[in-house]
Amino acid sequence: MVGNLLLRGMMVGVLAGLLAFGFAKVFGEPWVEYAIAFEESASHASGAHGEAEEPEIVSRSTQAGAGLFTGLVVYGAAAGGLFALAFAFANGRLGSMSPRSTAALLAALGFVTVVLIPQLKYPANPPAVGSADTIGARTELFFAMLAFSIALMAASVMAARRLAERFGDWNGATAAGLLYLAVVAVMFAALPNIEEIPASFSPAALWNFRMASIGVQAVLWAAVGLGFGAATEYAARSARPPARAAHAAASR
Amino acid sequence: MTNAAFATPTSTHVEPIPVAAILPWAVFAGLMLLLTVYFVGAEEGATSLIGGSFVHEFVHDGRHLLGFPCH
Ligand SMILES: [Zn+2]
Repeated sequence: MVGNLLLRGMMVGVLAGLLAFGFAKVFGEPWVEYAIAFEESASHASGAHGEAEEPEIVSRSTQAGAGLFTGLVVYGAAAGGLFALAFAFANGRLGSMSPRSTAALLAALGFVTVVLIPQLKYPANPPAVGSADTIGARTELFFAMLAFSIALMAASVMAARRLAERFGDWNGATAAGLLYLAVVAVMFAALPNIEEIPASFSPAALWNFRMASIGVQAVLWAAVGLGFGAATEYAARSARPPARAAHAAASR
Repeated sequence: MTNAAFATPTSTHVEPIPVAAILPWAVFAGLMLLLTVYFVGAEEGATSLIGGSFVHEFVHDGRHLLGFPCH
């Protein structure tokens, strides 16, 4: 049962990764290229030209093609698999929701937890924007934020179930949601900001890159949630006992 | 555990999978999947398991566009 869900999640995740790749190619790559051009002109201007240029291990066209494709499809498969595990826990435990609604809700919560909240504090940066000296600190803060966000969402969903038993579905979910937002606000205030954007980097390009990045993730999570829900409903329908289907056909 | 709960489309009652049946999958598959995310998102950035910089360079654009800290 769980194995089937896992396989379904990973297959839907591969498809979601393909869609995300298409989106990233069209809306994201132009800003990656822009940032790399900026990076190169900045390093030339600062006199770093004399130093030996870093050998290119992977060409730009591979990075923007096969590399981007592999990155998004593999990430999609992994995200789909993790989504399926979360679905195995959530299905049948969130009130009286159908599996398809559960999948959609779970994907929306997953997007908020894994993408929106961490990105609002530590937004995606194109190449050239971060300082190489701070990659260690930035990585620690980002993954700490991610882990905390996931733990907080899991706790909030469990709290929502408890509150819903006492105060009803909508009241319980609203109360848990407000608690969640309050803790997020405290977390945003407590964690340090990262400010490394070069003054001469176009704010419009930065904005467009970040919107594209959110868009890539939105496409991926929407495809995982809706695709997984549809596949689950389809599987349940084709697993229906043939006698019943025959009976339904006869009584028509 | 069967698909019995799914078989009656008129009812939204879904029998949950027992936690004990999910846990082994969640632990082992979960770890493998998280390791996969790590390879796409962070290997050869601040930390490196296999060394070199090929993985980082190859998935570089995906890493930036997925919002991971890269460089
Ligand atoms: Zn980079």
